[in-house]
Amino acid sequence: MHIDLRTVTIKPLRHTFDNIARRLGADKPATRYQEGTLDMQQTVNFHYRPTWDPDHEIYDASRTAIKMADWYAFKDPRQFYYGAYTMARAKQQDTAEANFDFVENRGLAETLPADVRATVLELLVPLRHVAWGSNMNNASICAYSYGTAFSQPGIYQAMDQLGIAQYLTRVGLLLGGVDVLDEAKDSWMTADTWQGLRRYVEDCMVLKDPVELFVAQNVALDGLLYPLVYETIVDDVLSAKGGTPVAMLTQFMTDWFAETKRWTDATMKTAAAESAENKEILAKWVSQWRDRAAATLLPVARIALNERTDELVAEVVQQFNARLVKAGVPL
Amino acid sequence: MSTVFIALQTNEDTRPIIEAIVQDNPAAIVNEAPAMVKIDAEGKLVIRRETVEELIGRPYDLQELQVNLITMSGNLDQTDDEMTLYWNA
Amino acid sequence: MDMQVAKKKLGLKERYAVMTRGLDWVPSYQKMEDIYPYMTYEGIKIHDWDKWEDPFRLTMDAYWKYQSEKERKLYAVLDAFNQNNGHLNVTDARYINTVKLFVSGISPLEYVAHRGFAHAGRQFPGPGPRVACLMQSLDEIRHAQTQVHAVANYNKYYNGMHDFHHAHDRVWFLSVPKSFFDDAITAGPFEFMVSIGFSFEYVLTNLLFVPFVSGAAYNGDMGTMTFGFSAQSDEARHMTLGLEVIKFILEQDPDNLPIVQRWIDKWTWRGYRVLTLVAMMMDYMLPKRTMSWKEAWEIYFEENGGALFKDLARYGITMPKCAEQIALEKDHLSHQAWSTFYNYAAAANFHTWMPDEDEMAWLSAKYPNSYDKYYRPRMEYWREQAAKGNRFYNKTLPMLCQTCQVPMIFTEPGDPTKTCYREVDYKDSKYHFCSDHCKAIFEHEPEKYVQSWLPVHQIYQGNCFPEGTDPTVEGFDPLAAVLKYYHLESGRDNLDFEGSEDQKNFDEWRGMATKNV
Ligand SMILES: [Fe+2]
Ligand SMILES: [Fe+2]
Repeated sequence: MHIDLRTVTIKPLRHTFDNIARRLGADKPATRYQEGTLDMQQTVNFHYRPTWDPDHEIYDASRTAIKMADWYAFKDPRQFYYGAYTMARAKQQDTAEANFDFVENRGLAETLPADVRATVLELLVPLRHVAWGSNMNNASICAYSYGTAFSQPGIYQAMDQLGIAQYLTRVGLLLGGVDVLDEAKDSWMTADTWQGLRRYVEDCMVLKDPVELFVAQNVALDGLLYPLVYETIVDDVLSAKGGTPVAMLTQFMTDWFAETKRWTDATMKTAAAESAENKEILAKWVSQWRDRAAATLLPVARIALNERTDELVAEVVQQFNARLVKAGVPL
Repeated sequence: MSTVFIALQTNEDTRPIIEAIVQDNPAAIVNEAPAMVKIDAEGKLVIRRETVEELIGRPYDLQELQVNLITMSGNLDQTDDEMTLYWNA
Repeated sequence: MDMQVAKKKLGLKERYAVMTRGLDWVPSYQKMEDIYPYMTYEGIKIHDWDKWEDPFRLTMDAYWKYQSEKERKLYAVLDAFNQNNGHLNVTDARYINTVKLFVSGISPLEYVAHRGFAHAGRQFPGPGPRVACLMQSLDEIRHAQTQVHAVANYNKYYNGMHDFHHAHDRVWFLSVPKSFFDDAITAGPFEFMVSIGFSFEYVLTNLLFVPFVSGAAYNGDMGTMTFGFSAQSDEARHMTLGLEVIKFILEQDPDNLPIVQRWIDKWTWRGYRVLTLVAMMMDYMLPKRTMSWKEAWEIYFEENGGALFKDLARYGITMPKCAEQIALEKDHLSHQAWSTFYNYAAAANFHTWMPDEDEMAWLSAKYPNSYDKYYRPRMEYWREQAAKGNRFYNKTLPMLCQTCQVPMIFTEPGDPTKTCYREVDYKDSKYHFCSDHCKAIFEHEPEKYVQSWLPVHQIYQGNCFPEGTDPTVEGFDPLAAVLKYYHLESGRDNLDFEGSEDQKNFDEWRGMATKNV
């Protein structure tokens, strides 16, 4: 028997789950972001303490110095739950794939001027290791931070950075093959240019405070590196020298940074607005890690910018400061 | 030899894949359940890219299989051309 | 041009290697043991992480592509389900209680898996397992969220699941699944991988998901069927990761064998005890049955698990000892569990009922050695009593097993007429267990299991009443106070299905679809 159920109009008993209604202040329809995020993490009556960290509960807000009355005050402006996240990335991936095909099929990699090609190999390819470090650091942020609103974007960011490391690997393969990857790794491990940055990344890997790690990695390092490398160097300097195909290969990173910084800004804003104490701690972290990041990026930027390095890095730092001040972090 | 198996959702995408599996593994046993097909084989089961491609008439990446996979049993080995499930003992 | 010719296309394996392990490096500014601090305390010895074999070689571009395709399909079905009142398509409204059990008992575990794999995916020094774990972490938040999104529609029309997060952290029987995952995530990273990656995902997952999902398919629940199958499609990767982990650890050092064997024994038993809920779901809660618990156990554990352990024998791994006891319990497990829930239905977040004549006939046929002899008579008696208006709801709290936290309802292996009790004196207290296996797990790590948050103990200690409750006042009703603490509404969320609001509404709504009003 076929029943046409569409013809039935029935009144629901409730519009969403109680925990959501409590947070929205009323029983009204909730978004999939809200239903997939709010209170997803268990909060009480844990059975055992972690054998790997007996001083804390499984999820424990005291792993960070930042204090929040409610960790669900954070909101991802992109409203990423898994479905929205993967669909957004798949779309960007389509564009990236088309760009790689375009460059590959037309043999554009071979038409690159020699100095542009050298810059890409020396500067961009070793950055795959920086992205890999960020993958690990964001895994930490996801694993050890408190509340799904804060931790969830961590896993997305971690996997994005793995994706970026893999795109950069493809750039290397496209321009020179496996040897190029080996050479870049060699520079990453031994060349003076890269040691400051490698030390920065390794130092982040031992940070235990997930919010400080968020500041060091996602706010400070990426906040300087992406505008500097992808906006200033690739999109402006290299493009002017006939390196437009490179900009096509790194379009994912440019778009990605424009998108993710909305999340990092919103997160900083919420944490800073919570209390004067938070604001002070965040300001301290931001300025410390920013100064270190800017210093370690100087020799890296010099690969492409030569005598204009100091000027352009200073410009990026200035933009960064303005961004953070706007997010409510006094610098 | 023990049984390995693979279970796939029943839909348009999987019909040619199941056919390919049956072609390449003539001794395999196909069990149909609502919305699910479970294929058992003694010791080893191979899914070959070429066979699937012949049946669907377009290039096929074996990783596409994941979209419709439900479960499986056995050690897995995957290359560009073949996906193999097997037991050593 | 010449350079281009020399560049050969990399095969899947080589390509994946440069996309993952090629990214990694040996740190020199920080020490390995500071970056990966949890690698040694479990006693597992790893000499060469590069020996790790990547089973599924999925790069992020392909991941996004295939996963977004799955998501698009899934949400299209969910939207259609919601718009067309798909919930009225289920065989009968009793079915919806399996959804309540699922969302309050299982979905929150998907979330813990997400966080646990993020932790494991951060901690392993090998890039191969790290990437596989992080991908699983990402999949697991998918499972948690798609389940919540699928069940959101049921929640609009039916009771019992309106505050399931709150319930999961508090309701007595939900401490069984919760403590299971808490146990895993608080263990070291290697044990976590053996517990969840191997024992749960590889050995037991088919017993959890295939019954639930085919149950949904048999009972007309397109929403649950779709999210279930969609989640399962990630499972092949997870199962393969679990199996590779075991093989890798065992190949690395012979000293790892006894540790791994103990973990497999422990987690097979822990997982099996959680599956008690699935057993009763299959045999009692699905209006249209798929297969019996016993049949599922025989196919997916005895047959399939048998093949697996035969394969692992070359490493020295043997079939977990508990399998013998489980084989003895398979004729009894679901009946004992459902009887218990029928007893304690006043304190549960779903409805119960006694099987009707047809259903009893099915149970007799599926359980010829046990049902008519031990369980049918008591169920018939309860049914008669209910018909006479004497439905008895047990309001005295049961003793719980210190390890698995299931009430002590199970019988002695081989004697279904005698309740099984075990106890251990540790420091100044006595601890109780449902079985030799739970007792042995406790004895190996007493400092861990003395911490268990046992719901019954907590209620007796006064920790499960709403704030400001005064249990000393005249006429204090402890159950009412506990239900308030659970956020369960007595009379709507609990008790029998017969006479429930769910039953009444479903009949009325279905009637509207089949009759002209
Ligand atoms: Fe899952
Ligand atoms: Fe137990």
